[in-house]
Amino acid sequence: MVMSEKAGAKELSPIDVYMLLPKTNCKKCGLENCMAYATKLVNREIALELCTPLLEKQYEKAHQKLWEMLKPPVKEVTVGTGDPAIKVGGKLVMYRHELAYFNPTAFAIDVTDEMPDEELTLRVKGTEGYSYTYIGRELKLNMIAIRSTSNDPEKFKATVKKVVENTKLPLILCSFHPEVVEAGLMAAPKARPLIYAANRDNWKDMAELALMYNCPLAVFAPNDLKLLRSLVKTLLEYGVEDLVLDPGTFPNEGLADTVSNLTMIRRAAFKRGDELLGFPIIGTPITAWLEKADVPEINMWNEAYLASMLIDRYVDVLIMHSNEGWVLLPTTILRQNIYTDPRKPVAVEAGLKVFGQPDENSPMMMTTNFALTYYTVASDIESSGVNCYLIVVDTEGLAVDSSVAGRKLTAEKIAETIKQVKAEEKVKHRKLIIPGKAARLSGEIQELSGWEVLVGPRDSSEIPKFLQEKWQ
Amino acid sequence: MGEREEEEKKALLKFSPELFEILSKMQEVELEDVDLDVGDLEIWLQPSAVARAPKTVSPKAVTVPKKVKPSTIIEVDFVPPVETYSGRIVEVQLGATNSEGGTRGKSVIVGGERSPAYYLFENPTPHPPVITLDVFDMKVPLAKAVKMHVEEAVGDPVAWAKLAVDKFGAEMITLHLVSIDPLLNDTPPKEAALTVEKVLQAVDVPIVVGGCGDPQKDLAVFEKVAAVAEGERVLLSSITLDMDIEKSAMLAKKHGHVALAFTSMDLNHARELNRKLYEFLPREQILMDTTTAALGYGLDYAFTVMERARLAGLMGDPELQHPLSSGTTNAWAAREAWMKMAPEWGPRELRGPIWETVTALTLMLAGVDVFMMMHPAAVKTVRDVSKKLTTSISRSSPEQLNDWVSMKI
Repeated sequence: MVMSEKAGAKELSPIDVYMLLPKTNCKKCGLENCMAYATKLVNREIALELCTPLLEKQYEKAHQKLWEMLKPPVKEVTVGTGDPAIKVGGKLVMYRHELAYFNPTAFAIDVTDEMPDEELTLRVKGTEGYSYTYIGRELKLNMIAIRSTSNDPEKFKATVKKVVENTKLPLILCSFHPEVVEAGLMAAPKARPLIYAANRDNWKDMAELALMYNCPLAVFAPNDLKLLRSLVKTLLEYGVEDLVLDPGTFPNEGLADTVSNLTMIRRAAFKRGDELLGFPIIGTPITAWLEKADVPEINMWNEAYLASMLIDRYVDVLIMHSNEGWVLLPTTILRQNIYTDPRKPVAVEAGLKVFGQPDENSPMMMTTNFALTYYTVASDIESSGVNCYLIVVDTEGLAVDSSVAGRKLTAEKIAETIKQVKAEEKVKHRKLIIPGKAARLSGEIQELSGWEVLVGPRDSSEIPKFLQEKWQ
Repeated sequence: MGEREEEEKKALLKFSPELFEILSKMQEVELEDVDLDVGDLEIWLQPSAVARAPKTVSPKAVTVPKKVKPSTIIEVDFVPPVETYSGRIVEVQLGATNSEGGTRGKSVIVGGERSPAYYLFENPTPHPPVITLDVFDMKVPLAKAVKMHVEEAVGDPVAWAKLAVDKFGAEMITLHLVSIDPLLNDTPPKEAALTVEKVLQAVDVPIVVGGCGDPQKDLAVFEKVAAVAEGERVLLSSITLDMDIEKSAMLAKKHGHVALAFTSMDLNHARELNRKLYEFLPREQILMDTTTAALGYGLDYAFTVMERARLAGLMGDPELQHPLSSGTTNAWAAREAWMKMAPEWGPRELRGPIWETVTALTLMLAGVDVFMMMHPAAVKTVRDVSKKLTTSISRSSPEQLNDWVSMKI
C-alpha cells in the first residue's frame, strides 16, 4: 500500500513525543520519568494535561506541537452538557487493530413532534432505562433524536420542552427548517444539542444557530462527498468548528454507496490527512422505515442489520427508530465488541469452576483465563456432561500455548492457584489434568505442588474421550 | 432506472413477503415450552475494557482572527482516496460442472479481490460471497428457531440437502459428517462416503464436506470421500495443523478438491498451515478459515483477525492471499441467540436469526468470501445485502433521503 502522507496514530513513536517534553523527569505526571510518560501518551493511556510544566512560557511551542501530534485525525465532538454529555468521534486509527477505537458509537432513539404525549414519554423513559449487563458492563442508549414531522415551530418547541422535562440525555434536534430548529433551541437553550442538519440550502441559517447556541452541527450531503467537503469548508470559515458528517444512509439500492462513502471519508481522514473530512460521522438506520413493509418486523429487521454495518464501518452516532430489545441487543453488543480495546485481551475471572455435580473422586482439570480458551473448554465439558472441577489460572488473558511461551503460565503459578482455590479440600485424589499444550510444565508442577500430573489432550474437544480412557 | 434494475427491484419486493413468512413463524412457537437445546454457556467475564481515550484539550484558546463569514458555498474538490495494492487474493473454484470434470449444475468462484472488502471506490468486488447451508448427517441438537424450518428433514441428509436447495435456494450446501465422530456413531469412512455420494446425486450445487474435528478420523473419511467425489471440487472442511498435511493435501490434489485450511485466530498458524500445504497443493485449491466466534463471544477477535489477514494479503503477504471462509453458524453459540429471555428482549425466533445475520455481515465487511450458515432468514438477508454490495456504486437516489426527517412512521 502506498504510505500515507500524514502519519496516523500508530506510526507515532515515543521518541518523537519525548523530544518535545521538558525531559526533567519531574514526576509531576505521576510517572518515574519523561520517557515512561511519552510511551503512555503514544499509547493514549494518559492525558497531556498531566504534564503541567508544559504550560510554562518556555514550552509553549513544544506544547502546541505535542497537541497537534496527539490530536486525533477524527475530531472529538461533545454533544450535551454536564454528566450525561457524550463525546463522539475522537478516532485515532482507521482499523481497530492499529490501536483501539475510542468513544463507542452513540445510539439515539427518535421521537416526533406529532407523537401523543404518552407515547413520547414512554419512548424517552424507555431509552433512558435501557440496560443490559454484558461481561459485567452495562450497555446503555445515549441520546434522544427529536424529529419535526409537523414542520411547525411551535409544536417542535413544545415537544423539545417535554423531552427536556423527562430526561437529561443529550439531544439531536432534527429538521431541515432553520425556524423549526430555532424554536427547539429556545426550549433547550443551554443543552448543547446536535443540530441536524445543515444542507446545501439552509447552511447559513443553521450556522448562525450553531454559533448563537454554541451547538455542534451535522452536515448533510447524501452521496455527494464533494458537496460535503465544500459545506464543511464553508462552515469552518463561518466559524462553526464542531461538525458531524452525514453522507446519507441508503437502506436499499444505495447501500453500496453508503459503505463506499463511509470508507472514503475515513480513508481520506487517516491516509490523506484530509481535515475537512476529519469529523465524526452520523448514520441513520431509521431510513430503513422509508419503505413501509408488510409488517413492522421487517423494517425493524432491516434497521438492525443496517445499524450493525454502520457500527462496523466507522459510524460514530446512530439515529434509530426501533427500540425493540431484539434489535437493540445485538447492535449494542456489537458496539461493545468493536470498541473493546484489542490491546487488552478479554479475560475471565480466575478461580475454581464447578461443572455438573462433581464429588471427591471427580477429575480436577486446569486451563487459562483467556476468555475464548475458557469458553471453548467450558462448552466442551458442558456438552459432554462430565462432572468435574476446572481450575482457571490467571495468565493475564493469554491462551495456553502463548502463556507457556510467555512465562505467564508457570509451575509456580499453577501450584499457587491450586492452594488458593483449596483444591485439596474438594477431592480425595491428587491428580491434576493439565492442557496438552502445557505438557512441558508437568514435571515441575508435580515437584512444586505435590500433585500427580496427567497430560490432557491438546484440544478440549478431546476431553470426554480422554477421561473415558485415562480417568480410573 | 434501467430495465435490469426494475427487475431486480421487483425480485426484492417478491422476497419481502417470504421473509415475512419466515419471521412470522415466531408467533406459532412463542407459546411452546422452553427447549434449551444448545449447551448452556455462562457469562463469566470480567468487565471488558472499552477503550477510552484520555482528553486532548487544546493547550490554549487559539484566537482565530475574525474571518469574513462566507455568503456562498466555498466549492472544494473531492478526490477519492484510492490506493494500490501489491497483492491479490487468489480465485478459487468450488464445484465442477460436466465440462469441468464434475457433475454439478453450476460451479462458483470466490476470491480475486484487489482491494479490502467493499472498497467499491477502488475496485468492484469480483465475485459475490457465497453462502453454503448446513446439513447434518444425523440428528443433532438445534436451536428452536432453526429446527422449525428443517424439522421434516432432520436425520436424513439427502432430504435435508434437497430442502436447502429447493426451498431455501441454497447455492451450496455443507454436509457435516458429524456421525463419524469416534465418540458418537463412529460411522466408518466407507459409509460416510456413501452419504456424500447420495447427496451429490440428490442436489447439483457444489458441496462442502465437514468432518468431526478428530484429525485421524477426518483424514480417513476424507480419503474415501475424495475418491467417490472425484473431480467435483468439493471443499474439504477442514485441514488443520494437527493432521497429516501431506496426505490431506495430496488427496485434494489427486481427486481435484479444495482444502479449507483451518486455524484458530492466529495468523502465524494460518501462514504456517498454508506454507505446509503449498508443498503439495496449488494455491488455487486452498481456502482459509481463521475461526468465527459469535457476536458477543469473541466476534471482535474473529473480525480483526480476518480483517488483518485480508489487509496483509493485499499488501503482499503471499501466505495470506486466500479467500476466507467463516463458520457463521457458530453465532448460535451465543446464549442471547437461542435462549428464552425476559419479554423485553423479544422472541428468540427473531433474536436468533438476527444474531447470525449480524455476525455474518460484520465478517462480510472484514472480507469473508464463503459463509457457512443455518437460518433461512439470515441466509436470505446476507444474500440480499451481498447482492447490493457487489453491484456498482452510484445507484442511490439522494432525493430518497431528502426529507427522511419528517417521514411518518
